Amino acid sequence: MSDTSKPTVGLFVTCLVDLMRPVVGFATVKLLEDAGCAVEVPQAQTCCGQPAYNSGDKADTLDIAKNVIEVFEKFDYVVAPSGSCAGMIKDHYPEAFADDPKWIARAEALSEKTYELMSFLTDVMNVRATNAEFAGTVTYHDSCSGLRELGIKDQPRELLSSVRGLNIAEGKETETCCGFGGLFCVKYPDISEKMVDAKVDDIVATGADTVLAGDLGCLMNIAGRLQRRGVDVKARHAAEVLAGMTAAPAIGEPAEGE
Amino acid sequence: MQPTSPNFKQNARDAIADDPLQAALAKLAVGFPMRRLEAAARLPEFEDLRDQARDIKNHVLENLDHYLEAYEKKVIDSGGHVHWCRDAKEARETILDICRKADAKTVTKSKSMISEEIAVNAYLEENGIEPVETDLGEYIIQLRKEPPSHIIAPAIHLSKEQVADTFRNSHIDLAADRDLEEPRALLEEARARLREKFLGADVGLTGANMLIAETGTNVLVTNEGNADLTNNLPRVHVVIASIEKIVPTLEDASTILRVLARSATGQDISVYTTFCTGPRRPEDLDGPEEYHVVLLDNGRSEMIGSEFHEMLRCIRCGACLNHCPIYKSVGGHAYGWVYSGPMGAVLIPNLIGMEEAQHLPNASTLCGKCESVCPMRIPLPKMLRKWRERQFKAEMGSSTARWALRSWAWLAKRPALYRWTMTAGVALLSQFGGRGRFKSLPLAGGWTSKRDLAAPAGDTFINQYHKGARGDQSGALMRKKVH
Repeated sequence: MSDTSKPTVGLFVTCLVDLMRPVVGFATVKLLEDAGCAVEVPQAQTCCGQPAYNSGDKADTLDIAKNVIEVFEKFDYVVAPSGSCAGMIKDHYPEAFADDPKWIARAEALSEKTYELMSFLTDVMNVRATNAEFAGTVTYHDSCSGLRELGIKDQPRELLSSVRGLNIAEGKETETCCGFGGLFCVKYPDISEKMVDAKVDDIVATGADTVLAGDLGCLMNIAGRLQRRGVDVKARHAAEVLAGMTAAPAIGEPAEGE
Repeated sequence: MQPTSPNFKQNARDAIADDPLQAALAKLAVGFPMRRLEAAARLPEFEDLRDQARDIKNHVLENLDHYLEAYEKKVIDSGGHVHWCRDAKEARETILDICRKADAKTVTKSKSMISEEIAVNAYLEENGIEPVETDLGEYIIQLRKEPPSHIIAPAIHLSKEQVADTFRNSHIDLAADRDLEEPRALLEEARARLREKFLGADVGLTGANMLIAETGTNVLVTNEGNADLTNNLPRVHVVIASIEKIVPTLEDASTILRVLARSATGQDISVYTTFCTGPRRPEDLDGPEEYHVVLLDNGRSEMIGSEFHEMLRCIRCGACLNHCPIYKSVGGHAYGWVYSGPMGAVLIPNLIGMEEAQHLPNASTLCGKCESVCPMRIPLPKMLRKWRERQFKAEMGSSTARWALRSWAWLAKRPALYRWTMTAGVALLSQFGGRGRFKSLPLAGGWTSKRDLAAPAGDTFINQYHKGARGDQSGALMRKKVH
């Protein structure tokens, strides 16, 4: 990290990527480095606190958020491969610390420099294309937080359209929630099932062989339902495709030979 | 009505298994949102109007006492009466009292959610007065003894076949084998019934979409014209409205009207928009002899200044229901009380209590679609989260879920311990997830009952990264900056 001309980026990898799908983390690092950033991955990161926040556990949310602020405020930028976690830091930290004069300025400063990956690449680093190849037809699911909290809609599509061999087939309901909703999907499984079934139907109707999105939560929900229904459509994080890291099996698929 | 909100989960399951309901919801899911989108596209200033409408109501809520008093004075000046009611009971009793003084046998009603909120129909019936709903949808559900399933389309859950059955069972004086195949036949039968009621009613009870402080006027919006027959024909017109319906001026009312129908049904304006001010004046050709306004608080004044303050901007257009993936999955009755959808999930706990309604703020993915279409820009997801905070503080909900959440949060606050525990957990799960995913997993039944669960692969990203791994880049092309 000696090159001082490069902007420093702290990678907030998100707990789901860290635990469930490291390839998204590697793909994110590659995309950020290719875009000219000096990337660091702080080991002291855990979670953004969203599960606590959305469950009404404000005290724990604030404690977890303070750790994130302390660990990440030294970077020029903070980037997460997730609209949901980036939205938590960008939109909800300032809201959560609104009544805390000691922390509000730091929360707002972190909010200012925090971005979701696709938005950071295009809107900040002005990346218009990536050097990747992917043979297939994909459809893109707009995750709710990315879309409605951060305005992410065109950015992933612009980047994906630069991938050689990749064809995008748009669904009719790309902006409709997949039914994940964090703990919602385990608290209200019947409603969640109804919603993810509608999402699966919409994906199938596009004829795509792969569904991409920018959030692992939605993707695990969609992939899990596709697999439970025996539908042969693969699910991947868009970063994997953009970084050309698609040698690993798709989400929930066995490694070759297993 | 007795709320069934505590049974939300079972209500939802029943609704999902109800085929006619699902067919009706599928139609609604496409129709209303598409028409709203088209209406907004036809009006370039639509987004600005939303800002203006929000600002008008914010201003009113900041000065509610002032505008309520100004409104009352104007109503009295125009010859009307204003009755202030703290709660549903007072409002019911006030309405009954007005009806008794008018020696009323029949009360015609145009659609009013507040009248549902105070359950005035049952109360009037108990006291020997016949209430007759005159909005077609309300008339149908009154015959079926059901609550509305949607704030602007109360019978949206029913098919035309179900309506035909309802009419056959209720209008038993008509030939049993009459043809009710076409919607038109249903409409004509209801119209003939209601015409008699309109002409015979002693009191007309309407709601109000707005109350205008400048003039003491109530505004009524309908597509059937039934409100006009309800407020004009009987000797007495009673308006029941909650206190936050106030707007300062006619100009403000017209701004809000411009976003109301567009957000609700995608119409530029509803078919009938009626302004009623006071009773009949000597020079008027028609109109009621008496004009009463029953102003209901029922918890609203407590919402002012609370974290639910902004909910009082709601104009009951139904856009949040029409766009909500939860509402579109389970319909309105599952919510278990007179309101439903995102606005219901915020409002119902305020009105019937957080304990009874505890599921409603939780049954949401916080996807934000409601806020994105709300003409009054009410931050509905934020308020659902506020209810969750109150519930968490009150230690409501499953103790296991709370324990799991707190344990996880405890770990998330201790990075070194978190890393150690997650490393062990991932290693353990990877042992059993050789086929890429789990069909079922202990403690993950909520997930695996409906979907497979992807298995983690060996080690966490952070461990791998700090051991020097950079991922399998064999599939990647030569690294090259492309700007």
